[in-house]
Amino acid sequence: MKYVDAFRDGALAAGLAQAIAREVEPGRDYAFMEFCGGHTHAISRYGVADLLPRTVRLIHGPGCPVCVLPVGRIDMAIRLALARPEVTLCTYADCLRIPASDGLSLLKARARGADVRMVYSAADALALAERMPEREVVFFAIGFETTTPPTARVIELAAQRGLANFSVICNHVLTPPAIEALLAAPAADSPGRPRLAGILGPAHVSVIIGSAPYAFAATRHHMPVVITGFEPLDVMQAVRMLVRQVNEGRAEVENEYTRAVTPEGNRKAQALIDAVLAPRPQFDWRGLGSLPASALRIRPAFAAWDAEVKFGLEDRPVPDHKSCACAAILCGAKAPTDCKLFGTACTPETPLGACMVSSEGACAAHYNYGRFRDPAGA
Amino acid sequence: MSCPPYARPLDLRDGRVDLGHGAGGRAMQQLIAQLFARAFDNSELGRGDDGAVLPAPAPGERLVMATDGHVVSPLFFPGGDIGSLSVHGTVNDLAVMGARPLWLAAGFILEEGFPLADLARIVASMAGAARAAGVRIVTGDTKVVEQGKGDGVFITTTGIGALPAGRDPGGARARPGDAVLVSGTLGDHGMAIMAQREALGFESAIVSDSAALHGLVETLYAAVPAEAIHVLRDPTRGGLASTLNEIATQSGVGMMLDERAIPVAPQVQAACELLGLDPLNVANEGKLVVICATESAEAALAALRAHPLGAAAARIGEVSADSRCFVQLRTTLGGRRMVDWLAGEQLPRIC
Repeated sequence: MKYVDAFRDGALAAGLAQAIAREVEPGRDYAFMEFCGGHTHAISRYGVADLLPRTVRLIHGPGCPVCVLPVGRIDMAIRLALARPEVTLCTYADCLRIPASDGLSLLKARARGADVRMVYSAADALALAERMPEREVVFFAIGFETTTPPTARVIELAAQRGLANFSVICNHVLTPPAIEALLAAPAADSPGRPRLAGILGPAHVSVIIGSAPYAFAATRHHMPVVITGFEPLDVMQAVRMLVRQVNEGRAEVENEYTRAVTPEGNRKAQALIDAVLAPRPQFDWRGLGSLPASALRIRPAFAAWDAEVKFGLEDRPVPDHKSCACAAILCGAKAPTDCKLFGTACTPETPLGACMVSSEGACAAHYNYGRFRDPAGA
Repeated sequence: MSCPPYARPLDLRDGRVDLGHGAGGRAMQQLIAQLFARAFDNSELGRGDDGAVLPAPAPGERLVMATDGHVVSPLFFPGGDIGSLSVHGTVNDLAVMGARPLWLAAGFILEEGFPLADLARIVASMAGAARAAGVRIVTGDTKVVEQGKGDGVFITTTGIGALPAGRDPGGARARPGDAVLVSGTLGDHGMAIMAQREALGFESAIVSDSAALHGLVETLYAAVPAEAIHVLRDPTRGGLASTLNEIATQSGVGMMLDERAIPVAPQVQAACELLGLDPLNVANEGKLVVICATESAEAALAALRAHPLGAAAARIGEVSADSRCFVQLRTTLGGRRMVDWLAGEQLPRIC
């Protein structure tokens, strides 16, 4: 396939793998965190780890929006959908199976009579509201900066069209504060977490925000960052660039994904987000705890389309399953196989933790693609 | 039917299914006589009795029976419709047992209000598919459910076929060293359906591969010794991934596939990329998986390729010894990964 096959070429990969192997220095540990779940998925799906030297370790980070969403937010949506028969709750597919309180998920709430629907885009949710004026259509919006502009746009459109039966539960989160939290946390706060030598920066997120917002990682934390695409050769090239930064003692924000990412990002999308959404003072992240200015809410001017305001929804924090290691896995402090529940009580069919739900989650990626590497009987 | 109890013909242009068409009375009789019996046109059905009287198989042959429910949405899609699909589905279930499909029974669950014109199209398509496959639809059943309690039309087909002596393919017969073949490109049916769904809204030229596979199976048996063919399957729901995992589990073996050898049409690959889906998880309705002794693999592949339905056949890997029954893949990149069962429903990724 044109424009895609070129980034999955086995011969190029073999050449790149040799180059990386030549460049890694003996005795050095290259622990790189791929922040984004999209990278985790690509690395697992193409078996990228098989091509890298053993001292280059790729560690999953908190960049999967499904995985970092706290249970309380899903509970909020379920309570609304079950309590208000006039509500049609729609969301992206991955959100439907996230385990919530009382053994429920949005899918299970649907089986109990809630009108829950899967949509492919925010625009589909808006169209549903226009087609069903007698229903209250609520879009459960989730994602990092990548999926935020479409949410902002549908709120703007609903306002322009005076669409009174449409509203949004906004769960959009921001990448830089999460990276800041990871880098600022003293190692003592996350025992087991390896000393990171570099970060593979997000692809689609950076298309929106650009490469400039990661500068703090390099300047304040002396952490090399390479923004990279989701194709396996992109990832390998970024690994090579990080290896070089480490070897040369540099800490810079470099951009491997120049075909899509600029330093300033997509200004139009940023302006749209800014017009409709504003930072929340605090937001809970699974794995990272409560982080200031790390998520977005709907501005008061658009309160009529803010489901949290419209339906008086309450955000009640809920602790994670006691034995679930999602929080530690999301910070790189544990591997999926370190979790007692992995592959036994927690599987893609019966996920107990969020990391097993999304195909971008560390546990689902390892379960679906990497289990053969585990010792037999594990 | 020399004494029809109804005065006016069924309105196949503007009429709609109503509850009377499933009530067992005159309206139902008219639907059967003027639509089903006329389209399927065979003496067994024409008798109008409660069942079909069928001849016993030839000496040495055994009977194979299979059934399949069809609930596809949309009902009409590029490359087929629920009618032809309901014939192909059961014919293929018989074919991959090594059997020659002979007879079908068809059960219709119709939703009140469904246009009779659409039903007539579906029935004509079923009749055409059955004729092309050389099977007869010899008995059936019709029920009507209230509006909102169905999805237009559900069709269940049950088939009977004859299994010639010496043939015994089965999911538990894969052995380490066996070759894994597929008869053509994967994921065509699932992506054709998905591309048609209103919510997706992208233009696509993807056509379903819905087809009857028994001719391909006969070609295969003509080319290689029957005992060399260990497993035959049609990778429908769950795609190739689930089919191979089923076989691996049944046989207690593993498999190692080569991603570069697995045929996927460029437009299917592109649509899968767009939605974040894996073509190995996407449904097929006209593809055959063959697991055969390695010494017969090239002859089997040549036979498949000589048939119109197997022109893009490929040898995609081999069966391995693995107590954990893992199906693995060497990626185009040169790495390795598992090809696992589809977990739940295949869902697009967020970003």
